[in-house]
Amino acid sequence: MDWTFENVDWAEIGEGTMDTLTMLGFSTLFTVLIGLPLGIILFLTSRGQLLQNRTFYMIASFVVNVLRSVPFIILMILLIPVTKMIVGTSLGVLGAIPPLVFGAAPFFARLVETSLREIDKGVIEAAQSMGASNWQIVWNVLLPESRSGLIAGITITTVTLVSYTAMSGVIGGGGLGDLAIRYGYQRFQTDVMIVTVVILLVMVQILQSLGDRLVLKFSRK
Amino acid sequence: MRTYTLRCSPFFVYEKGVFIFYQDYGREVDALIQLRHLHKSYQVQGKTIPALTGIDLSIEQGEIYGIIGHSGAGKSTLIRCINLLERPTSGEVIVDGVDLTKLDEGKLQEKRRAIGMIFQHFNLLSSSTVGENVAFPLKLAKRPKAEIDKKVNELLKLVGLEAHKDKYPSQLSGGQKQRVGIARALANDPKVLLCDEATSALDPQTTNSILALLLDINRKLGLTIVLITHEMHVIRSICDRVGVIDGGKIVESGNVLDVFLRPKHPTTQEFVEQVADSTELREAVEHEKASGNRTIARVTFLGEKTYQPILFQTMQETGTVFSILQGTISRMKDTPYGQLVIELEGDVAQNQKTIETLRQRGLEVEVI
Ligand SMILES: Nc1ncnc2c1ncn2[C@@H]1O[C@H](COP(=O)(O)OP(=O)(O)OP(=O)(O)O)[C@@H](O)[C@H]1O
Ligand SMILES: [Mg+2]
Repeated sequence: MDWTFENVDWAEIGEGTMDTLTMLGFSTLFTVLIGLPLGIILFLTSRGQLLQNRTFYMIASFVVNVLRSVPFIILMILLIPVTKMIVGTSLGVLGAIPPLVFGAAPFFARLVETSLREIDKGVIEAAQSMGASNWQIVWNVLLPESRSGLIAGITITTVTLVSYTAMSGVIGGGGLGDLAIRYGYQRFQTDVMIVTVVILLVMVQILQSLGDRLVLKFSRK
Repeated sequence: MRTYTLRCSPFFVYEKGVFIFYQDYGREVDALIQLRHLHKSYQVQGKTIPALTGIDLSIEQGEIYGIIGHSGAGKSTLIRCINLLERPTSGEVIVDGVDLTKLDEGKLQEKRRAIGMIFQHFNLLSSSTVGENVAFPLKLAKRPKAEIDKKVNELLKLVGLEAHKDKYPSQLSGGQKQRVGIARALANDPKVLLCDEATSALDPQTTNSILALLLDINRKLGLTIVLITHEMHVIRSICDRVGVIDGGKIVESGNVLDVFLRPKHPTTQEFVEQVADSTELREAVEHEKASGNRTIARVTFLGEKTYQPILFQTMQETGTVFSILQGTISRMKDTPYGQLVIELEGDVAQNQKTIETLRQRGLEVEVI
């Protein structure tokens, strides 16, 4: 083991970091855009809730469970044709985003459902007693009341996505994971591996403490 | 739909240091809330659990109607049927002339704005400030911002929380939270306020201050209040009429004073005992009865007679010796009343005559 980092091409590392951040940003965005409504629908159709619908809930719940139980690396490979259909390629930064979203959105939806369940049922009832429509309840009660839970959920999801982006390097997804695989694993350049891992670690640390701080700020309990 | 109620007996109301005499009169009143043949049952694991089994109830504009019952009697179910948070299995819920069970979702939401509700556990939005909580129903009704601000300030003043506008519910005491709940429930100028065990999570002192606030609102705004409770104290403090619910049925109802002083149904009697420590009395009566052939009577004074020496004068005139086994002088909302349990020590004929005289002079006497 040498500590001179002689194999490290810092420009390439910089590019890889940018790629990872791009993947992370877009996949988080789409994960929330898809996972949040999905989580809300799961919650609303579950037992005893406003739009209780057993059949719908069972089917949606099953699909979510299936997507969550397939290991991400396999999901990525299985999704290659779908990815090509959506973004035209299964390679690079662009090709990595759809599988990331497919992998993380169901996970996030469950987190959303769980934090909505934390809301006191009485508060929803109070809103109903004031003549709130279901839409109004979602916007004015469910989302604000679960705000800190949702932020915590987004934090966990983003951190999970960091490791997923690294994994997507395996099928040519670009970014830091790609570097780690190509140099660190395939050419035994341990120093490159170490640098990428440290950068990923720093990213996770920053995301987690940012998330924790926001949760604290919005927590009113 | 109209109902005609006749308030039968003349009564006195003690207000601002004077007694006001209310004449017998027949009143024609619009019943604001009418529940007709209300049934509600729950399906739990294929089994049918009846919660309400035929409720018929009329609540008039401007009154405070109390519903009292034991745990599981169906109180919450009943009050939640009034704004259809719980949909009855069958029956009609007529509020202000409209049968709510026949309305579609949109119309029902509109109607619910005229029915405020407060809850045992307050159910405030924890992520909103006091001011935002009170503004909430107005926001739902899409009122202009300036109007909302004005209304919120008025309401906070009414409930005495102006200084706490920017606090969050978690920073308030239980009593303050309930005041926020009340202000919020009043935001849309409702005709009715439903109170689901509104004071059950509060200590006795705070309970009294919330009850005083409700009474104040009832008088100031002419708001009709329906409250449910398992405490007779709450009924006695502010209600005009009371319904006793047991096993999903109203088993006794009437003016609080009548029900309180002459409870008929065993459940009602239990509740009355909550505030009248009658167990000791029962023991005393039994002890006295066992010890000889004596007359024991319950004498009831109402209104102005409570403070007149009728009993003493009569006893003096007839020369009867008596002793008091138990006594209360208290007030039911506005009406003072007294109840004494006495033991007459004369012979049977003389006692009979004394009792007759007391009755002629307007006291109620019941031999026990
Ligand atoms: N959602 C529900 N599902 C099934 N059964 C219910 C439900 N809500 C109430 N019940 C049943 O209906 C009956 C009446 O309940 P309700 O909550 O109205 O009683 P309550 O008088 O308010 O009691 P408490 O003083 O304990 O609040 C009870 O037997 C209860 O078990
Ligand atoms: Mg209850």
